[in-house]
Amino acid sequence: MRSIETCREDFPALHQTVAGGRPLVYLDSAATAQKPRSVIEAEARFYERDNANVHRGVHTLAVRATEAYERARRAVARFIGATDPACVVFVRGTTEAINLVARSYAQPRLGPDDEIVLTPMEHHSNMVPWQMVAQATGARLRYVDLLPDGTLDLASYERLLESGRVRVVAVTHQSNVLGTINPVREMAERAHRVGAVVVVDAAQSVPHQPVDVRQLGCDFLAFSGHKMMGPTGIGVLWGRRELLESMPPLFGGGEMIREVGLFESTYNEVPYKFEAGTPPIAQAVGLGAAVEYLESLGMEQVRAHEQRLVAYALERLGQMPDVRIYGPRQHRGGVVSFNVEGVHPHDVATILDQEGVAVRAGHHCAQPLMRWLDVPATVRASFYVYNTPEDVDALVRALEAVRAIFGAGAKPR
Amino acid sequence: MLEELYREVILDHYKSPRNKGPLAGADASVHLHNPLCGDEITLALAVEGETIREARFTGQGCSISQASASMMTEALRGKTLAEAREMLQRFTRMVRGELAPEEADLGELEALAGVSRFPVRVKCALLAWEALDKDLAHLEEGGPAGSPAGEPGGRP
Repeated sequence: MRSIETCREDFPALHQTVAGGRPLVYLDSAATAQKPRSVIEAEARFYERDNANVHRGVHTLAVRATEAYERARRAVARFIGATDPACVVFVRGTTEAINLVARSYAQPRLGPDDEIVLTPMEHHSNMVPWQMVAQATGARLRYVDLLPDGTLDLASYERLLESGRVRVVAVTHQSNVLGTINPVREMAERAHRVGAVVVVDAAQSVPHQPVDVRQLGCDFLAFSGHKMMGPTGIGVLWGRRELLESMPPLFGGGEMIREVGLFESTYNEVPYKFEAGTPPIAQAVGLGAAVEYLESLGMEQVRAHEQRLVAYALERLGQMPDVRIYGPRQHRGGVVSFNVEGVHPHDVATILDQEGVAVRAGHHCAQPLMRWLDVPATVRASFYVYNTPEDVDALVRALEAVRAIFGAGAKPR
Repeated sequence: MLEELYREVILDHYKSPRNKGPLAGADASVHLHNPLCGDEITLALAVEGETIREARFTGQGCSISQASASMMTEALRGKTLAEAREMLQRFTRMVRGELAPEEADLGELEALAGVSRFPVRVKCALLAWEALDKDLAHLEEGGPAGSPAGEPGGRP
């Protein structure tokens, strides 16, 4: 097993200086993770040795490419506890996965009497597709209330389910802003009692904690490759087989068909009927390598490492009098959103960048949540296996530079 | 490099913005919102003939956007519409690094020249000036006094 303590060596991009010679401190993994050498090499090796199209050729490279692509699918299935690799659909990313469920599963089934339950902490990619379904079908969107600490008010969730009209519950497993980890398992149990399907945005959870679809009990799970050290352009929709089989394909074209006539066609089986056109083959191979890398670290160890880092970050930032932290203090993932009193998040991020510290500033594709927090934007530091307590110290030092420039308690009129 | 961005005069205008607040009897007023960062501004102008009598703004945003708006409203007072448009062009070229500050001849506003070293922050410096561009267009057309503030999806 690979050690988290030394894994930093495996990430070439981390070993550079920025902003005039300062060592890079990368605290933006919730946006995208850095890649270990094994992932970069797996993708390069595929292009150097095995490159061919999949599921079409009989020649040696086509066979190798197909085997590599399907091996990646099996690796992903194993990683999320899915017993049937055919239930793993390769897509471009979380956004496409959720849109696929919204368009292909929900839209044909929903009508004006139906309701879709969301939470205000959803990323735009788990909100806008449902708004589009609601507009197309007349279904209503209902929102679970948030408690002041940024966790879900489960009593309000229960009340929403009592309407008897809820057909879909779409919820994030872990908030990309607050770090809140939602009780998806309990929510799925309750949703199933009223006959609703549960769609989980796992973009921020699958990379950072053990996720097992059998334990979660959800019906669909969506996540991206690039946030779990894999390449961009590849993501996953996992779905229950009977649901995937009941869904019409979203895109027509090659690969997704069985037999094509001039006027109609029959479709391939799952997952291929959702993978029209040449898929991101090298990217899938890279994702497979990312899965193997994470397995070699152990997801329990990944989670524990981030728990220690986030606890330390909350402690250090909590000692800074003019730093306001958002989100729960307990049972949370490795993202910390905050603001420095009187200083706009973009000013904070620019100064941090000049100190070598890379954070995200903005609305994090969660504008409704920004309104709930009553801020225009936040600064967000997010952690992964390669971060260290020294990175947190560097963040705190850089925040002291913010204070030095803007002065104590700076507050514009 | 940070010293070039966060000049004392910029921080001063950020902490104590000039001409901030609504303008009664405005001849043109426009609201702009940068959805990427949440910065927003309403810029109102009052004119006498072709001359800007007063410029005031409301809104919120980062130090660069707020200082830019504050300094701009100071500089606009007493300028003709044609002079304001010319200033707008020089300022835009300066923060994009196409015109040296001493050539831009913009007085206090030259402090914002350092923004050109921070490409992602150029739009912050320009937000108020984009509002000015729209206000001037209304006035140049001799259109209806005061365009409706707000835009679809804009924050209040």
